[in-house]
Amino acid sequence: MTHRHDFGPDLVEVFGPSQADGGPELIQLLTPEGERVEHPDFRFDPRDERDQPLDEAETIRGFYRDMVLSRRVDTEATALQRHGELGIWAQLLGQEAAQIGAGRALKPQDYVFPTYREHGVAWCRGVDPLKLLGLFRGVDHGSWDPNEHNFGLYTIVIGAQTLHATGYAMGIQRDGAVGTGDPERDAAVIAHFGDGASSQGDVNEAFVFAASYNAPVVFFCQNNQWAISEPIERQSRIPLYQRALGFGFPGLRVDGNDVLATYAVTRAALQRAREGQGPTFIEAYTYRMGAHTTTDDPTRYRHSEDVEHWKLKDPIERVKVHLRRNGLAEETFFADVQAEADDLGARLRKGCHDLPDPDPRRVFDHVYAEMPAELVAQRDEFTAYLDSFEEAQA
Amino acid sequence: MTDKVTLARGLNMGLRRAMDNDPKVVVMGEDVGKLGGVFRITDGLQKDFGEDRVIDSPLAESGIVGTAVGMAMRGYKPVVEIQFDGFVYPAYDQIVCQVAKLHFRSRGLQPMPLVIRIPFGGGIGAVEHHSESPEAQFAHTPGLKVVACSNPVDGYWMLQQAIACPDPVVFLEPKRQYHADKAELDTEVDPDPLFASRVVRPGNDVTLLAYGPTVKTCLKAAEAAEADGQSLEVIDLRTLSPLDMEPVHESVRRTGRAIVVHEAHVNLGMGAEVGARITEECFYSLEAPVLRVGGLDTPYPASRIEEDWLPGLDRVLDAVDRSLEW
Repeated sequence: MTHRHDFGPDLVEVFGPSQADGGPELIQLLTPEGERVEHPDFRFDPRDERDQPLDEAETIRGFYRDMVLSRRVDTEATALQRHGELGIWAQLLGQEAAQIGAGRALKPQDYVFPTYREHGVAWCRGVDPLKLLGLFRGVDHGSWDPNEHNFGLYTIVIGAQTLHATGYAMGIQRDGAVGTGDPERDAAVIAHFGDGASSQGDVNEAFVFAASYNAPVVFFCQNNQWAISEPIERQSRIPLYQRALGFGFPGLRVDGNDVLATYAVTRAALQRAREGQGPTFIEAYTYRMGAHTTTDDPTRYRHSEDVEHWKLKDPIERVKVHLRRNGLAEETFFADVQAEADDLGARLRKGCHDLPDPDPRRVFDHVYAEMPAELVAQRDEFTAYLDSFEEAQA
Repeated sequence: MTDKVTLARGLNMGLRRAMDNDPKVVVMGEDVGKLGGVFRITDGLQKDFGEDRVIDSPLAESGIVGTAVGMAMRGYKPVVEIQFDGFVYPAYDQIVCQVAKLHFRSRGLQPMPLVIRIPFGGGIGAVEHHSESPEAQFAHTPGLKVVACSNPVDGYWMLQQAIACPDPVVFLEPKRQYHADKAELDTEVDPDPLFASRVVRPGNDVTLLAYGPTVKTCLKAAEAAEADGQSLEVIDLRTLSPLDMEPVHESVRRTGRAIVVHEAHVNLGMGAEVGARITEECFYSLEAPVLRVGGLDTPYPASRIEEDWLPGLDRVLDAVDRSLEW
């Protein structure tokens, strides 16, 4: 029996069909059928890093290419895991639009704090996908230079990076790189996390700190409906974007399978942050089409009908339909992207196989900026121990 | 400039000098701004350096350390204050999983020159969670450096050295000593290195090893023992990770006896590591097993009995007798 109180706002019905489709609050500019639709507050208006208009069709073709190649990275990496070349892989399948839309809204001076699933955002930041594989193969903990790409290392501890993002944004404030009006100076930070992370203390503390200091940070939550086996209902009884209001900044729910809407909303939120108007919460409403990671078996906890339902909302297919139907791309374009994806896949297969194992002697490197004498001694002892085997073989 | 100062004042002066010397040094924590910290260690700093550099934070320890990590990534040198030892645990994950590992994870590309100041130890009649000694939990973590000051002069210099250190430093301050004793502070001399232990009282019969609040206890014990004809050497370890064992080994090779004294629980405390290392290096010099005197292996007690619980003068002297009788 359901007991209803007569006071306070009604709990939003989280199990009903409106939630399943994102509800009327969902910001959408391109329908699953590939039709452009208007939104009163947001429109697709692509701009370059100097805020100058970009060619719309060319930009959408670029998004299409980004999404196809990101998906190829994902499917290739999944296959590599199945072949034993990777220990594990965190799949992005289905979340390409959320990641490419968010990634392409960034300016070079913005900084990204990813989880371990932001392969599409990494792509937008110019990180070689081969470098993503190292972490999952077990040869390193992430081998790209975060400051070369303004793209942090993958963070495994759920939600921890949202605090780093907020602190980094506080640093931007102190550097005077907010609200100057210079499109190439003003900077913002974007923190990625998922629906599961929204329950973490660190994420909620990040909201408090960001609001308190009005920090230039965008909290970008990909609500893919599943935290391993736990559905979104286990994390929240209200739509996630509504939580932002309680922290004192705006929250928006965007169709995370719509790359145009995700780009438009993220770009607006980042611009708002750069101008010094503080944080925004974006809930990119999407669906994890694959497993949590390659070690997971989603058939144990979710219905195949749900997956079939979301297949109809595929983020790449709707862009393809839109480009084709409106004559915005030649057939050769699609063939070229496909060929490029095949080349990328081949390069990843070869490159992954060729990634060298690290030398165990190097495990002492970078534990400290200034290595203490006692660790130097342990390193020398360990090195001599390992060397003794090689000398014995020689 | 020479002046007689308390530990609280020495730390305050050290912070001020570090902030004067480096505009990237920022102070963050609960009540560190207008109030000057609950122990007044940051007194007056916000007035002189502004709210952007002396930051009153929301009441969330993981948030304090986690945002400090982000500021360090942006090139700042945050000095964060954890208000009391027992409140560091909400930040434990950020300290152990992020602060300690980011330099390693990023192959040196993301240095973490943070200082995490923690008032530690008991003896102030406080309620629960205000008197703890969590140092071993941090010293056990690769990537962190852990030091403890015991007196005003070290407070002044060691804090500046910790801030200048490119690695993250957990900086422990014996809160019982903040306003207890004054010492002559000369701000123009060359200080001892940060990661070095120091003989603070020479002796021949037994070596007492202490840090933070127990240095004073051991010095008093040495004075009392002298009246009984016992000559105790007291070493202030000062650095807990890395340990600086050479002066310890040199001392124990002479005395043949060592006692480690700390307020933290004895079980798996710093004394266990120090004792093991002495055994490894000085085995044939030892006349008695290395003894440990510390907090009992119980939670910290209600404060009316804390002086019974803490390793006081009598328990140290009792251990000295046991060592000499071996």
